[in-house]
Amino acid sequence: MAIFSVYIVNKAGGLIYQYDNYVPRAEVEKTFSFPLDLVLKIHDEKVVVSFGQRDGIRVGHAALSINGVDVNGKYTAEGKEILEYLKDPANYPVSIRFGRPRLTSNEKLMLASMFHSLFAIGSQLSPEVGSSGIEMLETDMFKLHCFQTLTGIKFIVLADPRQSGIDALLRKIYEIYSDFALKNPFYSLEMPIRCELFDQNLKSALEIAEKAGTFGPGS
Amino acid sequence: MTVHNLYIFDRNGSCLHYSEWNRKKQAGISKDEEFKLMYGMLFSIRSFVSKMSPLDMKDGFLAFQTSRYKLHYYETPTGIRLVMNTDLGVPNCRDTLQQIYSTLYVEYIVKNPLCVLGESLQSDLFNSKLDSFIRALPFFSVRAA
Repeated sequence: MAIFSVYIVNKAGGLIYQYDNYVPRAEVEKTFSFPLDLVLKIHDEKVVVSFGQRDGIRVGHAALSINGVDVNGKYTAEGKEILEYLKDPANYPVSIRFGRPRLTSNEKLMLASMFHSLFAIGSQLSPEVGSSGIEMLETDMFKLHCFQTLTGIKFIVLADPRQSGIDALLRKIYEIYSDFALKNPFYSLEMPIRCELFDQNLKSALEIAEKAGTFGPGS
Repeated sequence: MTVHNLYIFDRNGSCLHYSEWNRKKQAGISKDEEFKLMYGMLFSIRSFVSKMSPLDMKDGFLAFQTSRYKLHYYETPTGIRLVMNTDLGVPNCRDTLQQIYSTLYVEYIVKNPLCVLGESLQSDLFNSKLDSFIRALPFFSVRAA
Protein backbone atom coordinates (compact mmCIF):
# COMPACT_ATOMS: atom_id res chain seq x y z
CA MET A 1 0.00 0.00 0.00
CA ALA A 2 1.53 3.25 -1.04
CA ILE A 3 0.89 6.65 -2.52
CA PHE A 4 3.33 7.19 -5.35
CA SER A 5 3.05 10.83 -6.33
CA VAL A 6 0.94 13.98 -6.40
CA TYR A 7 0.45 16.35 -9.33
CA ILE A 8 -1.42 19.66 -9.35
CA VAL A 9 -2.44 21.00 -12.75
CA ASN A 10 -3.82 24.49 -13.31
CA LYS A 11 -6.84 25.16 -15.49
CA ALA A 12 -4.67 25.75 -18.55
CA GLY A 13 -3.03 22.33 -18.25
CA GLY A 14 0.23 23.60 -16.73
CA LEU A 15 1.87 21.61 -13.97
CA ILE A 16 2.13 23.83 -10.90
CA TYR A 17 3.20 21.26 -8.33
CA GLN A 18 4.65 17.78 -8.34
CA TYR A 19 5.82 15.62 -5.50
CA ASP A 20 7.13 12.05 -5.61
CA ASN A 21 6.22 10.45 -2.32
CA TYR A 22 7.47 6.95 -2.93
CA VAL A 23 9.49 5.74 -5.87
CA PRO A 24 10.01 1.98 -5.89
CA ARG A 25 13.47 1.33 -7.25
CA ALA A 26 13.78 -1.77 -9.32
CA GLU A 27 17.37 -1.64 -10.52
CA VAL A 28 19.48 -4.53 -11.67
CA GLU A 29 23.23 -4.57 -12.11
CA LYS A 30 24.72 -7.30 -14.24
CA THR A 31 28.05 -8.14 -15.80
CA PHE A 32 27.94 -8.92 -19.52
CA SER A 33 30.42 -10.55 -21.84
CA PHE A 34 30.74 -9.84 -25.56
CA PRO A 35 28.43 -9.85 -27.50
CA LEU A 36 25.61 -8.30 -25.46
CA ASP A 37 22.50 -10.48 -25.28
CA LEU A 38 20.15 -7.49 -25.13
CA VAL A 39 19.05 -5.26 -27.98
CA LEU A 40 19.54 -1.63 -27.00
CA LYS A 41 18.31 1.48 -28.78
CA ILE A 42 18.34 5.20 -28.21
CA HIS A 43 15.01 6.64 -27.16
CA ASP A 44 14.52 10.19 -25.84
CA GLU A 45 18.27 10.67 -25.37
CA LYS A 46 18.47 7.52 -23.26
CA VAL A 47 19.76 4.05 -24.02
CA VAL A 48 16.86 1.67 -23.42
CA VAL A 49 16.31 -2.06 -23.80
CA SER A 50 14.20 -2.70 -26.90
CA PHE A 51 14.31 -6.50 -26.90
CA GLY A 52 15.45 -9.27 -24.59
CA GLN A 53 14.30 -9.63 -20.99
CA ARG A 54 16.38 -11.50 -18.43
CA ASP A 55 17.29 -11.45 -14.76
CA GLY A 56 14.90 -8.62 -13.96
CA ILE A 57 15.98 -6.45 -16.88
CA ARG A 58 12.83 -5.49 -18.78
CA VAL A 59 12.03 -3.90 -22.10
CA GLY A 60 11.89 -0.15 -21.53
CA HIS A 61 14.58 -0.10 -18.84
CA ALA A 62 17.31 2.45 -19.37
CA ALA A 63 21.04 2.01 -18.81
CA LEU A 64 21.79 3.95 -15.62
CA SER A 65 25.46 3.25 -15.01
CA ILE A 66 28.36 1.42 -16.63
CA ASN A 67 31.03 -0.20 -14.45
CA GLY A 68 29.58 1.62 -11.47
CA VAL A 69 29.84 5.10 -13.02
CA ASP A 70 26.55 6.87 -13.74
CA VAL A 71 25.89 7.56 -17.40
CA ASN A 72 24.93 10.93 -18.79
CA GLY A 73 21.95 10.39 -21.09
CA LYS A 74 23.19 8.43 -24.08
CA TYR A 75 26.83 9.17 -23.25
CA THR A 76 29.20 7.52 -20.78
CA ALA A 77 30.76 9.58 -18.01
CA GLU A 78 33.80 10.12 -20.26
CA GLY A 79 31.57 11.50 -23.01
CA LYS A 80 31.63 8.54 -25.39
CA GLU A 81 28.42 7.25 -26.94
CA ILE A 82 27.24 4.25 -24.93
CA LEU A 83 26.19 2.24 -27.99
CA GLU A 84 29.63 2.77 -29.57
CA TYR A 85 31.34 1.88 -26.31
CA LEU A 86 29.38 -1.39 -26.08
CA LYS A 87 30.27 -2.33 -29.66
CA ASP A 88 33.95 -2.62 -28.78
CA PRO A 89 34.86 -6.13 -27.50
CA ALA A 90 37.91 -4.64 -25.73
CA ASN A 91 35.58 -2.99 -23.20
CA TYR A 92 34.16 -6.33 -22.03
CA PRO A 93 33.38 -7.75 -19.52
CA VAL A 94 31.22 -4.75 -18.64
CA SER A 95 28.86 -4.24 -15.76
CA ILE A 96 25.70 -2.29 -16.59
CA ARG A 97 22.96 -1.19 -14.22
CA PHE A 98 19.45 -1.06 -15.68
CA GLY A 99 16.27 0.42 -14.22
CA ARG A 100 13.09 2.26 -15.12
CA PRO A 101 14.05 5.70 -16.43
CA ARG A 102 13.12 8.50 -14.03
CA LEU A 103 10.81 11.18 -15.37
CA THR A 104 12.55 14.46 -16.06
CA SER A 105 10.77 17.66 -15.04
CA ASN A 106 10.08 18.37 -18.71
CA GLU A 107 8.43 14.99 -19.12
CA LYS A 108 6.31 15.64 -16.05
CA LEU A 109 5.10 18.93 -17.55
CA MET A 110 4.29 17.11 -20.77
CA LEU A 111 2.41 14.31 -19.02
CA ALA A 112 0.41 16.82 -16.99
CA SER A 113 -0.81 18.64 -20.07
CA MET A 114 -1.44 15.31 -21.77
CA PHE A 115 -3.72 14.31 -18.92
CA HIS A 116 -5.43 17.69 -19.15
CA SER A 117 -6.57 16.92 -22.70
CA LEU A 118 -7.36 13.26 -21.97
CA PHE A 119 -9.60 14.51 -19.19
CA ALA A 120 -11.49 16.73 -21.64
CA ILE A 121 -11.81 14.01 -24.30
CA GLY A 122 -13.07 11.56 -21.69
CA SER A 123 -15.90 13.92 -20.98
CA GLN A 124 -16.64 14.63 -24.66
CA LEU A 125 -16.88 10.95 -25.61
CA SER A 126 -19.25 10.20 -22.78
CA PRO A 127 -22.32 8.15 -23.71
CA GLU A 128 -24.19 9.75 -20.80
CA VAL A 129 -25.14 13.40 -20.44
CA GLY A 130 -23.45 15.61 -17.88
CA SER A 131 -20.31 13.56 -17.41
CA SER A 132 -17.17 14.92 -15.79
CA GLY A 133 -13.72 14.11 -17.10
CA ILE A 134 -11.63 11.15 -15.99
CA GLU A 135 -11.90 10.73 -12.23
CA MET A 136 -10.11 7.44 -11.87
CA LEU A 137 -7.79 5.63 -14.24
CA GLU A 138 -6.87 2.07 -13.47
CA THR A 139 -3.90 -0.06 -14.48
CA ASP A 140 -2.55 -3.24 -12.96
CA MET A 141 0.25 -1.39 -11.13
CA PHE A 142 -1.32 1.87 -10.04
CA LYS A 143 -4.52 3.87 -9.93
CA LEU A 144 -4.66 7.52 -10.87
CA HIS A 145 -7.26 9.56 -9.03
CA CYS A 146 -8.17 13.02 -10.21
CA PHE A 147 -10.26 15.66 -8.49
CA GLN A 148 -11.14 18.80 -10.39
CA THR A 149 -12.23 21.80 -8.36
CA LEU A 150 -14.96 24.18 -9.51
CA THR A 151 -12.23 26.64 -10.45
CA GLY A 152 -10.67 24.10 -12.81
CA ILE A 153 -7.61 23.06 -10.84
CA LYS A 154 -6.88 19.34 -10.97
CA PHE A 155 -5.41 17.43 -8.07
CA ILE A 156 -3.98 14.12 -9.23
CA VAL A 157 -2.80 11.34 -6.96
CA LEU A 158 -1.07 8.17 -8.14
CA ALA A 159 -1.46 5.35 -5.69
CA ASP A 160 -1.32 1.62 -5.26
CA PRO A 161 -4.52 0.01 -6.65
CA ARG A 162 -5.44 -1.26 -3.18
CA GLN A 163 -4.91 2.05 -1.36
CA SER A 164 -8.16 3.34 0.11
CA GLY A 165 -9.24 6.78 1.24
CA ILE A 166 -7.90 8.63 -1.80
CA ASP A 167 -11.07 10.71 -2.26
CA ALA A 168 -10.67 12.11 1.23
CA LEU A 169 -6.98 12.69 0.58
CA LEU A 170 -7.73 14.68 -2.59
CA ARG A 171 -10.09 16.94 -0.69
CA LYS A 172 -7.54 17.31 2.06
CA ILE A 173 -4.93 18.39 -0.49
CA TYR A 174 -7.43 20.92 -1.86
CA GLU A 175 -7.84 22.24 1.69
CA ILE A 176 -4.06 22.45 2.16
CA TYR A 177 -3.80 24.22 -1.20
CA SER A 178 -6.39 26.81 -0.18
CA ASP A 179 -4.83 27.31 3.23
CA PHE A 180 -1.16 27.43 2.43
CA ALA A 181 -0.82 28.35 -1.24
CA LEU A 182 -3.78 30.67 -1.84
CA LYS A 183 -3.39 32.52 1.45
CA ASN A 184 0.30 33.04 0.85
CA PRO A 185 0.76 36.68 -0.21
CA PHE A 186 3.81 35.75 -2.27
CA TYR A 187 1.93 33.19 -4.36
CA SER A 188 0.68 34.28 -7.75
CA LEU A 189 -2.26 32.35 -9.11
CA GLU A 190 -1.67 29.68 -11.78
CA MET A 191 2.07 29.72 -11.09
CA PRO A 192 4.17 26.88 -9.64
CA ILE A 193 3.71 26.45 -5.90
CA ARG A 194 6.94 27.04 -4.00
CA CYS A 195 5.89 27.23 -0.43
CA GLU A 196 7.41 25.38 2.48
CA LEU A 197 4.29 25.21 4.62
CA PHE A 198 2.40 23.68 1.71
CA ASP A 199 5.11 21.04 1.27
CA GLN A 200 5.14 20.16 4.96
CA ASN A 201 1.39 19.85 5.28
CA LEU A 202 1.09 17.85 2.08
CA LYS A 203 3.74 15.42 3.28
CA SER A 204 2.05 14.88 6.61
CA ALA A 205 -1.33 14.41 4.89
CA LEU A 206 0.20 11.74 2.67
CA GLU A 207 1.73 10.00 5.67
CA ILE A 208 -1.58 9.93 7.50
CA ALA A 209 -3.39 8.71 4.40
CA GLU A 210 -0.90 5.90 3.88
CA LYS A 211 -1.18 4.74 7.46
CA ALA A 212 -4.87 5.13 8.19
CA GLY A 213 -6.20 4.83 4.68
CA THR A 214 -8.83 7.43 5.41
CA PHE A 215 -9.59 10.78 6.98
CA GLY A 216 -12.41 11.33 9.41
CA PRO A 217 -14.92 14.08 8.59
CA GLY A 218 -13.59 17.57 9.20
CA SER A 219 -10.04 16.40 9.87
CA MET B 1 -26.46 -1.23 -14.65
CA THR B 2 -26.17 -1.03 -18.37
CA VAL B 3 -23.88 -1.28 -21.37
CA HIS B 4 -23.67 1.88 -23.45
CA ASN B 5 -21.56 0.99 -26.48
CA LEU B 6 -18.70 -1.08 -27.80
CA TYR B 7 -15.83 -0.21 -30.12
CA ILE B 8 -13.39 -2.63 -31.77
CA PHE B 9 -10.20 -1.15 -33.22
CA ASP B 10 -7.39 -2.85 -35.05
CA ARG B 11 -3.73 -2.09 -34.46
CA ASN B 12 -3.65 0.60 -37.12
CA GLY B 13 -6.43 2.54 -35.47
CA SER B 14 -9.24 1.83 -37.89
CA CYS B 15 -12.55 1.11 -36.25
CA LEU B 16 -13.59 -2.43 -37.18
CA HIS B 17 -16.89 -2.41 -35.40
CA TYR B 18 -19.12 -0.08 -33.46
CA SER B 19 -22.45 -0.82 -31.84
CA GLU B 20 -24.48 0.94 -29.23
CA TRP B 21 -27.30 -0.08 -26.90
CA ASN B 22 -28.16 2.55 -24.33
CA ARG B 23 -26.42 5.68 -25.43
CA LYS B 24 -28.06 8.90 -24.31
CA LYS B 25 -25.55 11.43 -25.58
CA GLN B 26 -23.84 11.58 -28.96
CA ALA B 27 -20.43 13.17 -29.20
CA GLY B 28 -21.69 15.92 -31.54
CA ILE B 29 -19.24 14.96 -34.31
CA SER B 30 -19.49 12.46 -37.17
CA LYS B 31 -18.97 8.80 -36.27
CA ASP B 32 -15.76 8.73 -38.27
CA GLU B 33 -14.36 11.65 -36.29
CA GLU B 34 -15.53 10.07 -33.08
CA PHE B 35 -13.66 6.84 -33.81
CA LYS B 36 -10.51 8.79 -34.50
CA LEU B 37 -10.91 10.77 -31.31
CA MET B 38 -11.53 7.62 -29.29
CA TYR B 39 -8.55 5.82 -30.78
CA GLY B 40 -6.37 8.87 -30.25
CA MET B 41 -7.43 9.05 -26.64
CA LEU B 42 -6.65 5.35 -26.06
CA PHE B 43 -3.32 5.68 -27.81
CA SER B 44 -2.37 8.64 -25.63
CA ILE B 45 -3.58 6.92 -22.47
CA ARG B 46 -1.39 3.95 -23.29
CA SER B 47 1.72 6.04 -23.64
CA PHE B 48 0.74 8.25 -20.69
CA VAL B 49 0.23 5.24 -18.44
CA SER B 50 3.47 3.54 -19.46
CA LYS B 51 5.45 6.69 -18.63
CA MET B 52 3.59 7.50 -15.42
CA SER B 53 3.79 4.04 -13.93
CA PRO B 54 6.31 3.75 -11.10
CA LEU B 55 6.71 0.02 -11.80
CA ASP B 56 6.84 -2.18 -14.88
CA MET B 57 3.32 -3.10 -15.94
CA LYS B 58 1.93 -6.38 -17.22
CA ASP B 59 -1.54 -5.60 -18.52
CA GLY B 60 -1.19 -1.83 -18.63
CA PHE B 61 -4.29 0.31 -18.95
CA LEU B 62 -7.47 -1.47 -17.77
CA ALA B 63 -10.26 1.06 -17.29
CA PHE B 64 -11.13 4.61 -16.43
CA GLN B 65 -14.22 6.15 -14.97
CA THR B 66 -15.80 9.59 -14.91
CA SER B 67 -18.74 10.74 -12.82
CA ARG B 68 -21.22 9.07 -15.22
CA TYR B 69 -19.64 6.14 -17.04
CA LYS B 70 -16.83 3.64 -17.00
CA LEU B 71 -14.67 2.68 -19.98
CA HIS B 72 -13.24 -0.84 -20.06
CA TYR B 73 -10.28 -1.59 -22.26
CA TYR B 74 -8.77 -4.85 -23.45
CA GLU B 75 -5.94 -5.23 -25.89
CA THR B 76 -4.69 -8.46 -27.47
CA PRO B 77 -1.00 -9.00 -28.27
CA THR B 78 -1.90 -8.61 -31.95
CA GLY B 79 -3.19 -5.12 -31.30
CA ILE B 80 -6.96 -5.66 -31.47
CA ARG B 81 -8.46 -3.20 -28.98
CA LEU B 82 -11.88 -3.70 -27.46
CA VAL B 83 -13.51 -0.82 -25.66
CA MET B 84 -16.78 -1.06 -23.80
CA ASN B 85 -18.55 1.75 -22.01
CA THR B 86 -20.82 0.82 -19.13
CA ASP B 87 -22.23 2.60 -16.15
CA LEU B 88 -20.29 2.90 -12.90
CA GLY B 89 -21.74 -0.12 -11.12
CA VAL B 90 -20.17 -2.67 -13.45
CA PRO B 91 -17.11 -4.41 -12.02
CA ASN B 92 -14.00 -5.34 -14.01
CA CYS B 93 -15.07 -6.53 -17.49
CA ARG B 94 -11.77 -7.87 -18.68
CA ASP B 95 -13.12 -11.41 -18.95
CA THR B 96 -16.17 -10.24 -20.89
CA LEU B 97 -14.04 -8.38 -23.42
CA GLN B 98 -11.68 -11.32 -23.67
CA GLN B 99 -14.70 -13.53 -24.36
CA ILE B 100 -15.97 -11.20 -27.08
CA TYR B 101 -12.56 -11.46 -28.69
CA SER B 102 -12.11 -15.22 -28.38
CA THR B 103 -15.64 -16.54 -28.89
CA LEU B 104 -17.01 -13.93 -31.31
CA TYR B 105 -14.25 -12.07 -33.14
CA VAL B 106 -12.01 -15.09 -33.66
CA GLU B 107 -14.89 -17.48 -34.40
CA TYR B 108 -16.97 -15.36 -36.77
CA ILE B 109 -14.45 -12.94 -38.29
CA VAL B 110 -11.01 -14.54 -38.28
CA LYS B 111 -12.43 -17.93 -39.27
CA ASN B 112 -14.55 -16.40 -42.03
CA PRO B 113 -12.47 -16.23 -45.22
CA LEU B 114 -14.80 -13.61 -46.70
CA CYS B 115 -14.01 -11.10 -43.94
CA VAL B 116 -11.02 -9.00 -44.92
CA LEU B 117 -8.94 -8.28 -41.83
CA GLY B 118 -8.31 -4.63 -41.22
CA GLU B 119 -11.57 -3.46 -42.76
CA SER B 120 -14.78 -2.68 -40.96
CA LEU B 121 -16.67 -5.86 -40.13
CA GLN B 122 -19.63 -6.57 -42.43
CA SER B 123 -20.66 -9.98 -41.12
CA ASP B 124 -24.33 -10.09 -40.09
CA LEU B 125 -23.68 -13.28 -38.18
CA PHE B 126 -21.04 -11.55 -36.05
CA ASN B 127 -23.32 -8.56 -35.46
CA SER B 128 -26.26 -10.67 -34.33
CA LYS B 129 -24.11 -12.95 -32.15
CA LEU B 130 -22.48 -9.92 -30.53
CA ASP B 131 -25.82 -8.26 -29.92
CA SER B 132 -27.27 -11.34 -28.24
CA PHE B 133 -24.05 -11.85 -26.24
CA ILE B 134 -24.19 -8.30 -24.87
CA ARG B 135 -27.93 -8.48 -24.18
CA ALA B 136 -27.36 -11.67 -22.19
CA LEU B 137 -24.75 -10.07 -19.91
CA PRO B 138 -25.84 -9.97 -16.26
CA PHE B 139 -25.24 -6.22 -16.07
CA PHE B 140 -27.01 -5.32 -19.32
CA SER B 141 -30.49 -4.61 -18.00
CA VAL B 142 -31.41 -0.95 -17.63
CA ARG B 143 -32.67 -0.57 -14.12
CA ALA B 144 -34.03 2.85 -13.20
CA ALA B 145 -31.42 4.47 -15.42
